[in-house]
Amino acid sequence: MSKEPIYLEKIQRSLVGRYRTERVFRGFGMLAVSLGLAAVLLVFVDIFIKGTGAFSATYIALDVTYEKDLLGIENLADQRQVNSGDWEALYKQALRRDFPDIRKRGERRKLYALVSSAAGYDIKDRLLANPGLLGSKETLWILADDDIDSYYKSWLDGNAYTARLTDGQIRVLDTLINTERMQLHFNANFLTRGDSREPEQAGIWGAVIGSFLTLMLTLVLSFPVGIAAAVYLEEFAPKNKVTDFIEVNINNLAAVPSIIFGLLGLAIFINLFQIPRSIPVVGGLVLAVMTLPTIIITSRAAIKSVPPSIREAALGMGASRNQMVLHHVLPLALPGMLTGAIIGMARALGETAPLLMIGMVAFIVDIPAGFMDPATVLPVQIFLWADSPERAFIEKTSAAIMVLLGFLVTMNISAVWLRKRLERRW
Amino acid sequence: MNTSATFGVGTPSESDFRDTRDGDMSDIGLTKGHVTVGSVEIQAAKMTARGVNIFYGDKQAIHDVTVDIGKNQVIAMIGPSGCGKSTFLRSLNRMNDTIDGCKIEGDIRIDGEDLYSPKLDVVELRARVGMVFQKPNPFPKSIYDNVAYGPKIHGLAETRVDLDEMVEKSLRRAGLWDEVKDRLFQAGTGLSGGQQQRLCIARAIAVSPEVILMDEPCSALDPIATARIEELIEELSHNFTIAIVTHNMQQAARVSQRTAYFHLGRLIEVNPTEQVFTNPEHSLTESYITGRFG
Ligand SMILES: Nc1ncnc2c1ncn2[C@@H]1O[C@H](COP(=O)(O)OP(=O)(O)OP(=O)(O)O)[C@@H](O)[C@H]1O
Ligand SMILES: [Mg+2]
Repeated sequence: MSKEPIYLEKIQRSLVGRYRTERVFRGFGMLAVSLGLAAVLLVFVDIFIKGTGAFSATYIALDVTYEKDLLGIENLADQRQVNSGDWEALYKQALRRDFPDIRKRGERRKLYALVSSAAGYDIKDRLLANPGLLGSKETLWILADDDIDSYYKSWLDGNAYTARLTDGQIRVLDTLINTERMQLHFNANFLTRGDSREPEQAGIWGAVIGSFLTLMLTLVLSFPVGIAAAVYLEEFAPKNKVTDFIEVNINNLAAVPSIIFGLLGLAIFINLFQIPRSIPVVGGLVLAVMTLPTIIITSRAAIKSVPPSIREAALGMGASRNQMVLHHVLPLALPGMLTGAIIGMARALGETAPLLMIGMVAFIVDIPAGFMDPATVLPVQIFLWADSPERAFIEKTSAAIMVLLGFLVTMNISAVWLRKRLERRW
Repeated sequence: MNTSATFGVGTPSESDFRDTRDGDMSDIGLTKGHVTVGSVEIQAAKMTARGVNIFYGDKQAIHDVTVDIGKNQVIAMIGPSGCGKSTFLRSLNRMNDTIDGCKIEGDIRIDGEDLYSPKLDVVELRARVGMVFQKPNPFPKSIYDNVAYGPKIHGLAETRVDLDEMVEKSLRRAGLWDEVKDRLFQAGTGLSGGQQQRLCIARAIAVSPEVILMDEPCSALDPIATARIEELIEELSHNFTIAIVTHNMQQAARVSQRTAYFHLGRLIEVNPTEQVFTNPEHSLTESYITGRFG
C-alpha cells in the first residue's frame, strides 16, 4: 500500500516527458504538412496566375462587308467557289478602310498581321452559317494575332510588351484601344481546337482526346490483366521459386524508369509489330505495360488484406477455391484494386517520357477521331508548348497544366470517393 | 482395453507438464510407440483416424493419433492449450490443406472412404463435414446471405421459397431466429459476438452436413448463449455426428458421449465421457480434469 504514491509520482513525472515528446512530434508533423501544402499552393497559384490568361483572347472589332466581287463568289452553295474565295480580302478591306493613311506595301502587310491568320476561316464559317448576309455589312469581332494578344494583355496590366511590334502597329493598336474596338473575349478555341503553330489558334482539345483514347486503352488492357495476374499469384499459384522470381521481377518492373518502357514500345510495338507510330494504340500499349506492375502490386496488397478467416469460412462451407475468390475475396478487395488502378491511371495520364519515344510528340493539328489517328497527349502538349519560343505559349502552357491538374485531381477524388462508397457496404 | 505400459501411473511430477512439444518427449515417457488408453474404436463409427501424424513444416503437431468418431454421437476433445486439438479437428475436413507447409500422414476415413485419396473431392467432403471455427467468422454479407450461402453454392434449394425456409429453419435451430428475424438483410458482422457464433452454426447446419466439427464454439459466449448452444448440440446429435473441442470441462461432460484427451500432440485417452470425468484411466487425464494443469 505504501508504495503506491511513489509509483504515482514516478508515473506523473514520466508523463511530463511523454507529453513533451508528443508535442514535439506533433509540431514536426504539422511543420511537414504545412511545408508540403505551401509548396503545392505556391505551384498552383503560380500556374493559376500564369494560366488564366489563356482562357481569354484578344478580339478586334472590324466592319466587314461581304462583297461578292471581293470574295469572287456568286453562289454560296457552290463548294468550288467557296473554297477558292478570297476570304481574307474581307478583313483586309475593313482594315484598309479604318486606317486609310497606311499605304506602303510593307506597312499594309504589318497592318494585316494584326489579325490572326485564322480570321479568314472564321469569317467564312460565319457567312456560310448565315448565307443571307452576302452583300451586306456588319461589325465582327475578329481574332487578333498572338503578338497583339500579348500586347493587349500586358497593356491591361499596365506594362505593355512591345518587343515584337513596329511603331506603326502600336499606333494602330492604340487607336483601336482608344475607340474601344479591342476586347478580351472568352477563348473557346483553347478548349475546342487542336494544336497550332499560331498560339492564338492553339487549343487543348486534341491533346485531351488523345489522352482520353490512350488512357481508355491503358485501362482496358492493364486493369483486367493486372487483376487476373494478382488473383492468380495470390490465390492459385503454388508458392515456389518460380513465383518468388516472378514477384521480385514485378516489383523491379514497377521501379523501372518510364522511358525504358517507351524504348520497349518502340522496339516491340513499332519496329517488330509494325504498328504506326504516334497513335493512341501504341501509347495505350506502352502505358499499359508501364502501369501493369503497379496494378498487380496494389491488387495483391488488396487481396492480401482480406482476412484469412473469411477464406476459411468460405472453404469450410464447401466453396471451391474459385467460388471463394469470386464470392468473397474479390468483392472485399475491389475497392483497394480500383484505387490502385485509378492511381496507376493518374500516373499514366501524367506520363511524358515513354510517349516521346514512340512519336506521340509529333505536331498534330487535327483532333484524333479514333485509336488509329495520330495524336498527342496532355503532358506532351505541355512539353511542346513549354518548348515553343512564342511568348503567348507561356500562358497556354500554364493553362494546359491547369487542365491536366484538373483531370488528375478529379481522378484522385473519384478514387477516394469510390473507395469510401464501396467500403461502406458493411 | 489398452493400458499403456510406457506411462507411469500415479501422480505425475512437475516435469511431466513442461512444454516439450518441440523436442524430445522421452523425459515424460511419451515415446514414439505410445498407445492411447481407453476405447479408441467403437461399433458404429462415422469417421475413423488411424496413425495420423500432422506436421507444420518440420514440426510435428500430432503424433500417431488413432480414434473413431461415432455416428450420431458427440465426441469432446479436451487438452491443454497448444496440444493439437484444433490441428486434429481441422484434418477431419481437410481444412489443413489451406495451410502452407502442413503435411498429413496416416489414414482418415468417412464411411470407409479415404479422406486423402485423390479420388475424394474436397469440396464435397466439406459439404459433408461442416465446421464452426473458434473465432466467429461470418461473411461480411447480410444475415440471410450468410445462412443461404451454403445451400446456394451446393444448389440445395430449388426455389426462393425453399431457400427462405432453409434459412429460417437453420436460424431457428441455432436459436437465433427470434433475435434476427426482423433484420435478416442487415450485416451479419453487425451482430454481437455470441450471435455471430450462432450465425456461423446456423450457416454450417444449413447444408445438413453429416458431421459437424466445432472448435471451441462457446469460447466467446456468455453462459446463457452457451447453454443454448449446448442444447443445440444435444438436439443436433440425434441426426448429426459432432466433434467438439472445448476447454470447458463441464461442457464436455454435459454434451458429449465420448471424450478424447490430447496432450502434447498425442491422444492420451479416449473413453465414455462419464468414465473420463469420474474415473479416468490415465494419470495425465486425471491431472488435467482435476485442474492440476491446463
Ligand atoms: N499454422 C501453423 N503453423 C505452424 N504451427 C502451427 C500452426 N497452427 C498450429 N501450430 C502449432 O501446432 C501445435 C498445435 O496447435 P493447435 O492450434 O492444434 O492447438 P490447440 O490444441 O487447438 O490449442 P488451443 O486450445 O490453444 O486452441 C501448437 O504447438 C501450434 O503452435
Ligand atoms: Mg485451438
